[in-house]
Amino acid sequence: MADSSNELTRPVKRLGDRIFSGTALGAGVLILVTLAGVGLFLTIEGLPGFTADSSATQPADNFVGLAGPLVFGTVLSATLALMLAVPLAVGVALFISHYAPRRLSQGLGYLVDLLAAVPSVVYGLWGIIFLAPKLVPIYRWLENNVGWIPFFSGPTLASGRNMATVAVVLAVMILPIITAICREIFLQTPTLHEEAALALGATRWEMIRMAVFPYGRSGIVSAAMLGLGRALGETLAVTLVLSPAILYSFNFIGAQNPSTIASNIALQFPEASGLEVSVLIATGLVLFLITFVVNFAARAVVNRRSEFSGAN
Amino acid sequence: MIKTPLHRRTAAPLAAAVALGLGLSACSASNEESSGGSSESGSSSSSELSGTLSGAGSSAQEAAMAGWRKGFQEMHPDVTVNYDPVGSGGGREQFIAGESLGFAGSDAFLEGDELKKAQKRCGGDVVEIPAYVSPIAVIFNLPDVSELNLKPETIAGIFAGEITNWNDEAIAADNPDADLPDLDINPVHRSDESGTTDNFTSYLDATAPDIWTVGNIEVWPGKLGGEGADGTSGVVQSVQSGEGSIGYADASQAGDLGTASVGVGEEFVSYTPEAAAKVLEASSQTEGRGETDLAYDLARDTTESGVYPIVLVSYQIACPEYSDPKQAELTKAFLEFAISKEGQAASADSAGSAPIPSSVAEKAQTALDAIKTS
Repeated sequence: MADSSNELTRPVKRLGDRIFSGTALGAGVLILVTLAGVGLFLTIEGLPGFTADSSATQPADNFVGLAGPLVFGTVLSATLALMLAVPLAVGVALFISHYAPRRLSQGLGYLVDLLAAVPSVVYGLWGIIFLAPKLVPIYRWLENNVGWIPFFSGPTLASGRNMATVAVVLAVMILPIITAICREIFLQTPTLHEEAALALGATRWEMIRMAVFPYGRSGIVSAAMLGLGRALGETLAVTLVLSPAILYSFNFIGAQNPSTIASNIALQFPEASGLEVSVLIATGLVLFLITFVVNFAARAVVNRRSEFSGAN
Repeated sequence: MIKTPLHRRTAAPLAAAVALGLGLSACSASNEESSGGSSESGSSSSSELSGTLSGAGSSAQEAAMAGWRKGFQEMHPDVTVNYDPVGSGGGREQFIAGESLGFAGSDAFLEGDELKKAQKRCGGDVVEIPAYVSPIAVIFNLPDVSELNLKPETIAGIFAGEITNWNDEAIAADNPDADLPDLDINPVHRSDESGTTDNFTSYLDATAPDIWTVGNIEVWPGKLGGEGADGTSGVVQSVQSGEGSIGYADASQAGDLGTASVGVGEEFVSYTPEAAAKVLEASSQTEGRGETDLAYDLARDTTESGVYPIVLVSYQIACPEYSDPKQAELTKAFLEFAISKEGQAASADSAGSAPIPSSVAEKAQTALDAIKTS
């Protein structure tokens, strides 16, 4: 990084360059050290938890019995949230970048950015007090009319605190971050590409499909992964909104919903002691690894697609 | 081009995980911080107390502790009392580990290995007194029903998911005058590990073992069904928002919700602080313990008239001897205040707890007398 300058020309190096490259290097190293430190902490503190017996892994019999449903719940809630948020975010971003009048688009952009600044506890309270009861009639309808689909077998809680509500709250939470990035990407589409498409007789939608999407595809994936990261680790909103249990279930509107790792830690940590703490930290390590895997996967997708993005 | 900075942004989920990890480490660090000791030079006249007293443990006691601390510090302005609500297990652990704590608050009395370790730490019998009795109310949300009688078997059936409708015969039989609706019952339980769940299931386990088959538990097992909610406030909120819901919560938090009268023997007892405190009188002390160790085997299945058996009893654990006489003095004075009439009134005020019966308070006072202060 520091010596990426061309060796042949041997550029002049002033004191400022040295200081800056030093601090930049330091900052980069610090990130790695922090990450390694956290990984180390989780591993050391959590290691006894992996082999804990049933006394510390209540209500499951062993660590796998506890962590399995938690991983399932974490991935499920985040995936559902992503499925709701990404199409909406792409739509909002397209509207701001390509459809809205300039003045409106600026205001909208600010508004979306503002949404990202709302703390998760506020989303959680909104979800449990306002949103969940409002969704109950929809859940009841789903339960009564399409209850034969396993996703909607119910029974719905009168408070509406289930996986579907969590997915909606999480989707709202990750919407701004995805929208903001997509908007920036779409704005970067080379005007020449767009004009070329229009000149070939494309309508505005066809232009977006032919020029904007191919150019921004890897960016959309990156944005989605950022959102997924937030959804995976979201704690408070899930804790407040979900009616949790340790089980595997695809029933999105039932009373018993698979809990998530972060929310389970928040719920059980205050009263935990000894080995129970190790078990919770071990589940934290699992979450840490999941986010790693998700990010590597995202990076792989982005890299594979980057050559065809039309950006070069 | 534009892509490079974007890819870097994928580091944010990692950062989130990092933050989670840091948060955890911060939490566990704060657990260990609650030292304090009692290092204050001050005037050493025995009438005027000064210094810092540290305790940790049960989070159920937190509100009561606030009342005791306030009252105690009004009497002794130079004393600072710290209480870290890390949870009962954590409090016992810290108490056993060393002298940083003057006392620990615990929803369960010491047993087995922990008792031996605590005795070793104290160099003799431990001092254990029940200072906090908190009634657990069975709260329900039925707009047209103001009074509800439930037998233990019925409560167990409801929370085990076997009785699912409010017009079930088992409920109707005990409530001939009530207009019970044809409505699904939605049982609400705590989703966090909690002493309330522990005591509630201990009651069900003792009174209706045939129906309540999962025993005495602290974390609700998923197979029983029902809605899970975070903390006492979460349970109350869920019951309030859903017609047909029933839950269990600290009686002081029940608010406007109906509270069920529970079957004891042939009658139904509604919750009052006095009825709850009577449990201690009806119970016998655990055998094979030192004189200062007032552990009670709660008579959940008592048939004695006028006793409300669903209670949470939380103990204060202390040592008869401390290497630091000041710590001994402060611990003794503070716990004496806690079990005194004023102290119990203070906790009833701040936490809605039930004042301990005078017979128990007398025994506790005798136990506290064993703490050597010089």
